[in-house]
Formats: sequence, C-alpha cells, structure tokens
Amino acid sequence: MDILIQNLLNALQWGSFYALIALGYTLVYGVLLLINFAHGDIFMVGAYIAFFVATFLLGLFDFAPWMVLALTVPLTMILTAGVGVTLERIAYRPLRRKGAHRLYVVITALMCGLILENGNLALLGASRKKFPELLDKVIYTWGNVSVTNLKIIVIFAAIAVFLLLEFIVTRTRIGMAMRGISYDKFAIPLMGIPIDSVIVFTFVLGSGMAGLAGLLFAMSYPVLEPYMGALIGWKAFIAAVVGGIGDIRGAFLGGFLLGFIEVGVVAVFPSTYRDLFAFSILLMILWIKPTGIFGVAKTTKI
Amino acid sequence: MKKVIIKSLMVLMVMSFAIAMIAGCSKEEEKIKIGFNIPLTGDIPKVGEASKNAAEMLLADINAQGGLEVGGKKIPLQFFYEDNESKAESAVNVALKLIEQNGVVAIIGPNSSKQAVPAGGTCNDNRTPMVSPWSTNPDTTKNRPWVFRAAFLDPFQGPVAVNFATKQFKATKAAVLFDVSNDYSKGLAEIFKDVFEKKNGGESVVAFESHGTKDQDFSAQLTKIINSKPDFIFVPDNYNQVALIVKQARDLGWTGPFMGSDAWGSAELMKLCGDDCKGQFFSTHYAAAGAKGATKEFIDRYEAKYGETPDDVAALTWDAARLVLQAIQDAGSYNPNVKDERKAIRDALSSIKEFAGITGSMKFDSQGDPIKCAVVVRIDDNGNFVFAESVCP
Repeated sequence: MDILIQNLLNALQWGSFYALIALGYTLVYGVLLLINFAHGDIFMVGAYIAFFVATFLLGLFDFAPWMVLALTVPLTMILTAGVGVTLERIAYRPLRRKGAHRLYVVITALMCGLILENGNLALLGASRKKFPELLDKVIYTWGNVSVTNLKIIVIFAAIAVFLLLEFIVTRTRIGMAMRGISYDKFAIPLMGIPIDSVIVFTFVLGSGMAGLAGLLFAMSYPVLEPYMGALIGWKAFIAAVVGGIGDIRGAFLGGFLLGFIEVGVVAVFPSTYRDLFAFSILLMILWIKPTGIFGVAKTTKI
Repeated sequence: MKKVIIKSLMVLMVMSFAIAMIAGCSKEEEKIKIGFNIPLTGDIPKVGEASKNAAEMLLADINAQGGLEVGGKKIPLQFFYEDNESKAESAVNVALKLIEQNGVVAIIGPNSSKQAVPAGGTCNDNRTPMVSPWSTNPDTTKNRPWVFRAAFLDPFQGPVAVNFATKQFKATKAAVLFDVSNDYSKGLAEIFKDVFEKKNGGESVVAFESHGTKDQDFSAQLTKIINSKPDFIFVPDNYNQVALIVKQARDLGWTGPFMGSDAWGSAELMKLCGDDCKGQFFSTHYAAAGAKGATKEFIDRYEAKYGETPDDVAALTWDAARLVLQAIQDAGSYNPNVKDERKAIRDALSSIKEFAGITGSMKFDSQGDPIKCAVVVRIDDNGNFVFAESVCP
C-alpha cells in the first residue's frame, strides 16, 4: 500500500511537468494548427532564465530565499513569454504572412529548437549549472511514504495552470477569439478580431507556462544543461497527442497519463523496459482512438 | 590570348598548391602530433575540460624545453583536441579525423568507456596506438593490440567496492542503480552484482534498477530500491546523474549510505550535489588530499594554474600522455613516416613493463591493461575527497 501511494505521488510530480509542457503544445496547436516543436526548448530556456534571475536576485539584495522565489516566478514567466513571442515574430509570423504550408512552419519550429539548444551551448558552454535552493526543503513522512513540500507545490501548480487555461479559453472573450481562429482563420479577421494579437497572446500563455514549468523543474532537478528540454519536450508532445492535441483537458490528462505509465512500468517491470512499455501502451491508445482521448476529428479545437 | 592567360593562371594555382603542400609537410615534420579524443560538450563536459587542462600543462612543460628529446634531438609537440560530445558515434568520427586528417602518431582518450570501446575498435583497425586515460571497461582493450589504458579495470574495481562496503557498512544486502545505455555503468553494475552475490549469497542484491542517460527523474526506481530495504545503494554513474540520484533518494526518505565508483570523482560533483553527497564513499584512482611526491607537485601546479583541485581524469590524462611520450622516447628515434612511427610507438608501449605515474605505479599485463592500486575516498564535510583506504591487487 505504501509503495502504491509513494508511486502515485512520484507519478503526480513527474506527470505535472509533462502536463505543463503539453499545455503549451496544445494551446499553439489549437489556435494555429502548428506543432511548435521548439516548445521543449522554450522550457529549457525558461529553466535557464529562472537560474539567472534567481542567482541575480540572490546576489543583488539581501533577500530571503522565499522572497527571491516570489519574484523569480513572475519574472521567469514574463521573460520566457518574451522568448516565445520573439520566436513567433521572427520565425512563424513571416511564414504565415506569406501563406506557407503548415509543414514548412513545423520544420521552422524544429530548427528554432535546435538554434535555442546550440545557441545556449555556444553562449554558456557545456558545463552544467546548479540551481540554487530557493525553498527550505521539508520532507513529510507517513510510514514509508515521503513527500517534499516542493512536490506538493509542483502538483498544485499544474492543476492551477490547467484550471486557469480552461477558464481563459472557455469563459473569456479572448478565449472565444482563440477558438474562433482555430475554427476559421480567414473569416475571423473580417469580424474585426485582431488575429495577430490573439496569436501573440496564445504564445504568451504557452511560453509563460513553459517558463513556470522550467522553474519548477529546475527546483526539483537542479542540474541544468542545454539539451534538457529535448527529450521531455518530445514526450510531452506525445502526451498531448494521446490526450487529443488542441484540447486543454487532453493535454492535462495526457501529461499525467504518461507520468503514471512511466512510473507504473518501472514499479512493476525491470526499469530497462520503461520507455518501450510506456510508449507501446500509448501506441495502443492511439490505435483505438487515433484522434487522442479528447480529440475530435478535424473540427473545432481548443 | 585569353586561353593562354587562363592556362597560365591554372598552372600558377596548381604550383602554388603544390608549394603550399610541400611547405606544409616540411613544416609539420618538425612536430610530434598527438590527438585527444575528449568530451568537451555533452553529458560529461567537465571530464573533457580536466583532460585538456592536464594536457595543456604537459604541452607547455615539454615545449618550454624545446620539445621532447628523442634520440638526441629535440622535437616540439603539437596536441589536437577534438570534441566527441560524449557520444559513441562521434568518438569514432573524431578518431578517424585525428588519424586521417591530422595524421597524429597516437591518440589519448576517449575517457568514458561508452566512447572508448567503439573508438578503440577504430584505432585498432587503423593501426594507431590509443591510450584511454579513464576507461575501466575490459572491452576497451580486449583483443586490441593497439589499444592501452592508464586506469584499472572494472573487474578489479567491482570487488574493491564490494569489499569496502561490506566492511564499512556491515552490509549483507545491496541495491544497484545504473545507466543501462552506458557501457561503463552497466558493466560495473553487473560485475558488482556477481561479486556481491558470491560473497553474500544469491538474492543479496535486493534491487537492480536501471535508467537511461537523459533521464532526470529516478523516483520510481528509488522507491523500489528503498522499499527493498538494502544496507546501501551502489551507484556506478556519472557525476551529473549522481547529483540528481542522491538528492531524490534523500527526498524519498532514504537516510542510508551510498557507495560510488570512479565516475563520481569529478571536480564538479560537489558543485552539483552539494550537502547531499557529503559523507559518501567512492572508489577511484587517486586521492588528491594528502598526496605526496610527484603527485603532490602535479596537484599544486594544477591548482595554481586552474584554481581547482585536479580530479582523477586530469591525473590519468597526465599519466596517459606521459606513457605515450615515454614510448616515443623508448622507440629510439623519431620516424617522419607516420605509419612507421605509429608502429614503433605501439611496440614501445607494449614493451613498457612498469611505469611510475602520478596515479600510482603500474605494471602492464598482456592485454595492455595496467595492474595498479585503487583507493576509496570519503567526501568530507568540506566537500574534499579524503583518502579512506587503498586496495592493491
């Protein structure tokens, strides 16, 4: 029983990161039908931004670590959103204006991801960064079950972000505009909706969440390296597809599902088989429902 | 008229090329070229950096004296540093580049067995002597007459770890967490399991868990390990993963000890791992704290130059490079023909029977593997690697 609860907690934490990243994929896909393959690397950039913001604040003032954390969260989200919007401006918008096929935009996104990775490598070098401890670690233990305060924060952050995004997309005017663009990109501007602003807002939301995920990830796994976003980004993308890409509930569920499967496989089978089994299970889900769990074939997304 | 001009231009170009090539060759003949196949980026960049630092120090030493004295003549050295990105396939490409393009007479590296095993095959096939400073997997040199190393082997290191842990922790049950895609980590984990189970009976390794190189979350494996209630956890992993593994195990409530292997011994371990790693033990090639003689001299000079204590990779690279230089001197005279010189170096290397390195004196067996002592170090409260025990074969 203890092992089960412990593994549930492990899976909730690990799934939270997949869910947070998958939400960014799904938002951009929902609005633009663009798979933003650079998203995993925006997550990596978010972790590095958090690192620099946190070390800068720690060095500059005589703040308590929790105050630094309180300042790092919004700053990281804003700066990472800036990176996402910059990518949109210099890479995706010109292509969109020229009416390029979706395929070319996806390839561009892949290239942007590689540029971010290798730019980081060239700029900061290959040596790893150690993220400073901003939170006094508290370990709560019941019997054989242990959980840190950070783990609880991560899980609640993922749920809060999901609720916030669900609210924005379904209950607000800009959310309505986002859904409108996803429904018909050509008719919406005729209704007087500023399509570019809405798309920029989408990137702000998606990249801001990636920044938050990067910060939380850096706090949980405090060793940063330029390629840390690549593998987790791909896996989160797969999670978003299994959940039904373009659907916010799908991304959230898909992220946690992948976390649960990965941890579950290790808990039961030899750990060597983790990815093999985890992705076979996901393959089977897509086999039964190719549009993903919440996905609907070729209609309104988001 | 035009044709004549074009033709004469072409002739001129060809001639200038030829002159450049001849000039280039005659210039390069003056130098002994040695290649370094090291990980400057990728998973373990600090390892490459330490290797390069040690090599630069050696290069400056020798060239300040006008070069290496071979058969009464002083020939300057030239070192080529190539980055293998900590990847197996890049290590092979780098080896080929050093052999074919740079025309080196010998290669130092790769460091990690993951790269040294495939690159050793390439060097052996291309008849170029290679000395790996840090690789401990037996396959690196096995049946490869052109490949040598400066480190001890995992079949030796495994029992050292087992014996030390049994004595230190009074352990009868062990758990292992290793990197399944790394030859070094996997090989050592399997040797450890064999030896431990022979000593303490079957099933005494209560958990034998693996992970991938790019993994960052080990909580599922660690939950399984902690739940099997071992006396200690053996982690034959690279320093960057060790930092995450130890921390996550502590988060999951594990208060027991860890035992590590020589891949822990990077200067960057304590920067990444912090307080969580203090008090742990690992087996390695040398202990910097409390060293004497030539080792002490090396450590002091390295610290003065780079501002940090040299880790085992730096010391072993120094030894590996000096082994090659020794072989060049032993060969008697320097042969400008690269292929003949490579052969001469290989023959000289294989006939070195004993070598006094700064990581201890080594004798070589028929496979080109040194027989040397291992040390177990403890990470003290200041983060220094302090000598705990020395084990000799």
